[in-house]
Amino acid sequence: MMDKRLQILFSGLTLQNPVIPASGTYGYGLEFAELYDINCLGALSIKGTTVEPRHGNLTPRIAECEAGLLNSVGLQNPGVEEVKKTILPQLRQVYHQPIIANISGFSIDDYVYLTEAMSEEEQVEIIEVNISCPNVHNGGMSFGVDPLSAATITKAVKAVATKPVFVKLSPNVTDIVAIAKACEEAGADGLCLINTLLGMRIDIARRSAVLNNRYGGMSGPQIFPLALRMVNQVANATSLPIIGCGGVSSAKDVIEMMMAGAHAVEIGSANLIDPFVCKKIIEELPELMDRLKIENLTDIIGIIK
Amino acid sequence: MQQLQLNILSNTPLQVGIYHLRLASADLRFLDLVEHIRAGQFVNVAIRGKYLRRPISISDVDSESLSLVYKVVGEGTALLSQMSEGDKLDVLMPLGNGFTLARSGSRPVLIGGGVGVPPLLLLARQLLQQGIKADIVLGFNTRHDIILYNDFLSLGCPTLISTVDGSYGQKGLVTDVLKAQGANSVNTFFYACGPKPMLRALKEQMTIEGEISLEERMGCGFGVCMGCTCQTLQGSKRICREGPVFKASDVIF
Ligand SMILES: Cc1cc2nc3c(=O)[nH]c(=O)nc-3n(C[C@H](O)[C@H](O)[C@H](O)COP(=O)(O)OP(=O)(O)OC[C@H]3O[C@@H](n4cnc5c(N)ncnc54)[C@H](O)[C@@H]3O)c2cc1C
Ligand SMILES: Cc1cc2nc3c(=O)[nH]c(=O)nc-3n(C[C@H](O)[C@H](O)[C@H](O)COP(=O)(O)O)c2cc1C
Ligand code: FES
Repeated sequence: MMDKRLQILFSGLTLQNPVIPASGTYGYGLEFAELYDINCLGALSIKGTTVEPRHGNLTPRIAECEAGLLNSVGLQNPGVEEVKKTILPQLRQVYHQPIIANISGFSIDDYVYLTEAMSEEEQVEIIEVNISCPNVHNGGMSFGVDPLSAATITKAVKAVATKPVFVKLSPNVTDIVAIAKACEEAGADGLCLINTLLGMRIDIARRSAVLNNRYGGMSGPQIFPLALRMVNQVANATSLPIIGCGGVSSAKDVIEMMMAGAHAVEIGSANLIDPFVCKKIIEELPELMDRLKIENLTDIIGIIK
Repeated sequence: MQQLQLNILSNTPLQVGIYHLRLASADLRFLDLVEHIRAGQFVNVAIRGKYLRRPISISDVDSESLSLVYKVVGEGTALLSQMSEGDKLDVLMPLGNGFTLARSGSRPVLIGGGVGVPPLLLLARQLLQQGIKADIVLGFNTRHDIILYNDFLSLGCPTLISTVDGSYGQKGLVTDVLKAQGANSVNTFFYACGPKPMLRALKEQMTIEGEISLEERMGCGFGVCMGCTCQTLQGSKRICREGPVFKASDVIF
């Protein structure tokens, strides 16, 4: 079954392939497990988990765009205790590959607590720290927009983590390279980029914003070129492994993302419109590699400087 | 849920801007699924040129086909209306939980507003198969918006129509008609689908128990994006997965 040509190694982990569903677009994998054997995945990034349960924002939370969408879900999730107690055991029944625990906090203490809680889970192989959240102790400014606060979180989390820590970067910044370097210096084991870009849509007939929250995170094919550029810049400026994310929808996109510098690739919005997309991409990769004369996927990581 | 490529058998207007789309497939999975469709379930249709799928209720099924009735309200439904016999549609189905037939009692009332009416046709048919004839109360804006009236009549269900402008049937909102008609006293249960203000008003005014079908903008339609949450007495629920049908008394508007 396993095709060695797709295998990826980084941070002491071996993934059977680089394809990972992105946080928030795959739930906890359970709905997909009803559709296909999700053990084909390289890894699975679960919905962003917070310390307390969260109801999320008011609806509408989804606004369509030409080539993607906006979401303002607002991190709806049942909270870390429930995730550990009832959801992860259910996932364990159907899924035996690595889990990436995506965590979101509103204070340093939150991140530290979540890292400790998720490190205890045997199947969790990576802690993915979503720093695109508002810091309640700093006027709600996102942790991810400032190198200093990004570094502070990274340090605090690394101090307690027993699993590799990947910081998930926000693209809503003037210089993503500066943030990436700050995370590297603070001890991050890797980086994941990008999260969504802040966007807006207006219903011109109703003269109101489509999203109840007015603004929301933009994702889908429309952000792919931008994500690719950021991955390339960060790959050239740091020596950390990178999980590339943003608009990836096909095997071709996966190759492109890896050539730009990604070790692995997260697929987000594409899952929403084609629930089988991750499986299809994994199945299509070997043939595409043949056509492109790629022996092993590891050979192409970061070949574009 | 399955992802199926369905053939368009027909896609014809019922009224100006409201279409009846019939879909079929020789795929055995489809034939197996249509047998088990429950009224209130929906499909999520991919539309070429639009990023997200469009959720549409199943309005009827027979042994080999499935019907949708949709109104053109924007670009996606406009594109859909231009498709014709022989074209293929990529559909995720069936989605959500349907109405609970077992709760109907001996004389339920089905209450529909506008394009909330279609799923009630299948519900009326499925109730009849269990020997239960429902009362039907439908509300539309004008006579030009009336759909499926004849279909309900041909099932033999007593059907009352109201229009907001009074151009057909009783003048006013369905909620007014229900008050006047005393549905609470004769009916055992209500099932409703329509615009949110109608559902909210029903929840307030009905003294019998009921189920309502909710709508929300959806990212996926199958429970993974948390785009379509509603609040209930049992906490946050996904309209696409735990719904779209909920106990009226559970929904917090
Ligand atoms: C469970 C469910 C069942 C439905 N059943 C029917 C039906 O049987 N017949 C029918 O005519 N309509 C039905 N609708 C509404 C239908 O989904 C929308 O009218 C349609 O998505 C509009 O698409 P558009 O591109 O024409 O409009 P646009 O306004 O251009 O669409 C823009 C975006 O908003 C979304 N959207 C707009 N209006 C709605 C809405 N009312 N509900 C959910 N999403 C919306 C679209 O899906 C799209 O993502 C149902 C909705 C849901 C959630
Ligand atoms: C509905 C939705 C929910 C999301 N939830 C999260 C989340 O909880 N945590 C997180 O780090 N990213 C979240 N994201 C961002 C995605 O993981 C991903 O970074 C982003 O969507 C870009 O990838 P894409 O274009 O492939 O979707 C969410 C995205 C969407 C569309
Ligand atoms: S639309 Fe995605 S969870 Fe309901």
